[in-house]
Amino acid sequence: MITVPLLGLLLNLACDTGYTDASRQFAEPLASRGDFPTEIHEPTDFGILKTPIVDDEGKEKLPAGAACETCHGPEPDPDLYTPPPADENYHTQVEIKHGKLTCYQCHDRDRTKLHLADGTQIEFVDVIALCAQCHGPQYRNYIHDAHGGLNGYWDTSQGAKIRNNCVDCHVPHAPAFKKATPVFRPRDRYLKGRD
Amino acid sequence: MDEFTRRAALKSGAGVLGAAAFTRALAPLTEWVPTLSKDEFLQKHYRELSREDMDKILRHIESKTKKLYGADVHVQDVRPQRDMEFGYALNLSICIGCRRCAQACHKENNHDRPTGNSYIRVLEMTQGSMSLAKSDVDYDHDVPAEGHFYMPVQCQQCGNPPCVKVCPVEATFKDGDGIIVVDYDWCIGCRYCEAACPYHARRFNWSAPQIPAEDINPNQAYLSNRIRPQGVMEKCTFCLHRTRKGRLPACLEACPTGARVFGNLKDEHSDIRWVLENKRVFVLKEDVGTLPSFFYFFDK
Ligand code: HEC
Ligand code: HEC
Ligand code: HEC
Ligand code: HEC
Repeated sequence: MITVPLLGLLLNLACDTGYTDASRQFAEPLASRGDFPTEIHEPTDFGILKTPIVDDEGKEKLPAGAACETCHGPEPDPDLYTPPPADENYHTQVEIKHGKLTCYQCHDRDRTKLHLADGTQIEFVDVIALCAQCHGPQYRNYIHDAHGGLNGYWDTSQGAKIRNNCVDCHVPHAPAFKKATPVFRPRDRYLKGRD
Repeated sequence: MDEFTRRAALKSGAGVLGAAAFTRALAPLTEWVPTLSKDEFLQKHYRELSREDMDKILRHIESKTKKLYGADVHVQDVRPQRDMEFGYALNLSICIGCRRCAQACHKENNHDRPTGNSYIRVLEMTQGSMSLAKSDVDYDHDVPAEGHFYMPVQCQQCGNPPCVKVCPVEATFKDGDGIIVVDYDWCIGCRYCEAACPYHARRFNWSAPQIPAEDINPNQAYLSNRIRPQGVMEKCTFCLHRTRKGRLPACLEACPTGARVFGNLKDEHSDIRWVLENKRVFVLKEDVGTLPSFFYFFDK
């Protein structure tokens, strides 16, 4: 019969000793399935009007959903595309709550494109390059997966990391992160008595 | 009582862990009850099991889940990788307290539906204070609220875990990649570990979890999200059934703000290492000497 003090000693030892079947202690190394490059989620609704276009009386002329090309393509629809007097804003419903930025700090004269500060034209899908030039610290965090969130795999030999796009979370015209209604209110018995 | 002595005799023959088993047999809470099959009652400690034993147990858990819950599940014994130590960091400047992490945990880990159990508790903290005592977990207004920040707390996978030390039967232990696990079939439900945890990260199954069959996550592991029996402790395992296979934890994927960073602390090129080296990170309750693998930081 084992005496109690000895039992204690054995228990201490037990913390260091391994497995009866030593091969169970660690898994077989995971076979590499490739070297997966990081993917970035691509919004599908770029180049599509989200803010309706209204006439002088505030009546909706064109609802959300139209492509920019309808009016800004090489052959604009003459019924729809009527340039207003020079210094007037056509997309009157677009409201910018983004520092003091103006349309052309981001949009190109070719309305179907964006441009960087040095004038380089970029496609809408490459919008991150636009954000990055003014938001270095967030971009630096982002490329280290410390801003913007992740899906998929942390181990890129097993599958890809999938990053969100800046515009998934920040609407370019008003990028402040939206308030949220919390979900899943706790109803367990541990609500009180924390320290 | 007959069963006890027979069990003790069987176990003490099996070496060092047999001694642990022996203590278990002495433990007052261990009792043979009719719902426990003879095989379950005689099951060895996790580390004593051969692969064949384990396979049998896994198939048994699967058929039991089918019988009790009507769900077809796949339970695996997912072991840690070598040279791996998981770390987790959370950016408190980004978290808005929406509790989606807690909800994702609830679903991923097959928690009891009626009590809304989760391994994550989100504390609403008052700006300028780190007092957990003054925090609120029950807030019910749009977030983030003025003057507050939010701190999700889950198991910190301590390097020096008090919960493991107090377990009288070694049912909870630190596994090879730093994750602290519970052998639910060995746990006697004494709840010492729950009392010992400075982070209130452990939960007790007061009743057998109730989950509709269609809500059960069928991708399960013995040491993590398989449906726990009544009367045992449970805790966050960094979703080891996912993370040990290279995937991200469910709470990280569910975070709509991107506040969470996860990875291998032993890989100098990992995201988690970048955060530790480039942000001013801190750990909760550093003074109690638990050496957490879970870190917090502020951006600004
Ligand atoms: C109904 C036709 C129409 C559609 C559709 C349309 N625009 Fe315009 N847009 C105009 C007109 C007209 C102007 C003013 C003339 C000009 O600058 O070409 C204009 C001007 C602009 C300007 C310059 C700022 C301003 O308000 O004058 C930007 C930027 C712009 N559009 C972007 C877009 C983008 C991006 C889309 C697609 C998502 C789009 N537009 C879709 C008609 C349209
Ligand atoms: C911070 C850069 C930025 C500024 C400043 C900016 N835009 Fe945009 N805008 C974008 C980006 C990026 C998109 C594409 C995003 C999308 O389609 O969701 C876009 C999309 C649009 C669209 C189509 C989406 C919608 O809301 O209907 C219109 C129209 C538009 N911009 C007009 C304007 C006008 C007019 C101004 C100036 C008053 C302006 N933008 C200022 C970056 C900017
Ligand atoms: C031309 C420079 C410039 C570009 C391009 C730009 N931003 Fe900004 N951004 C600013 C400035 C300036 C502010 C305002 C800072 C302040 O008010 O302190 C700002 C503020 C923000 C904020 C904080 C908003 C708030 O209300 O708290 C976010 C988020 C943001 N930008 C995201 C983006 C995203 C996403 C893009 C790309 C679509 C982008 N920015 C492109 C200059 C830029
Ligand atoms: C998963 C959602 C998400 C994505 C993707 C994301 N952000 Fe953010 N971002 C946030 C949240 C949440 C905040 C914090 C909001 C707050 O302070 O309440 C934030 C804050 C910011 C701020 C404001 C920081 C400040 O100090 O006020 C900027 C600028 C910003 N993000 C830029 C970016 C850029 C650039 C990208 C893409 C490279 C990006 N974000 C991608 C969620 C996101």
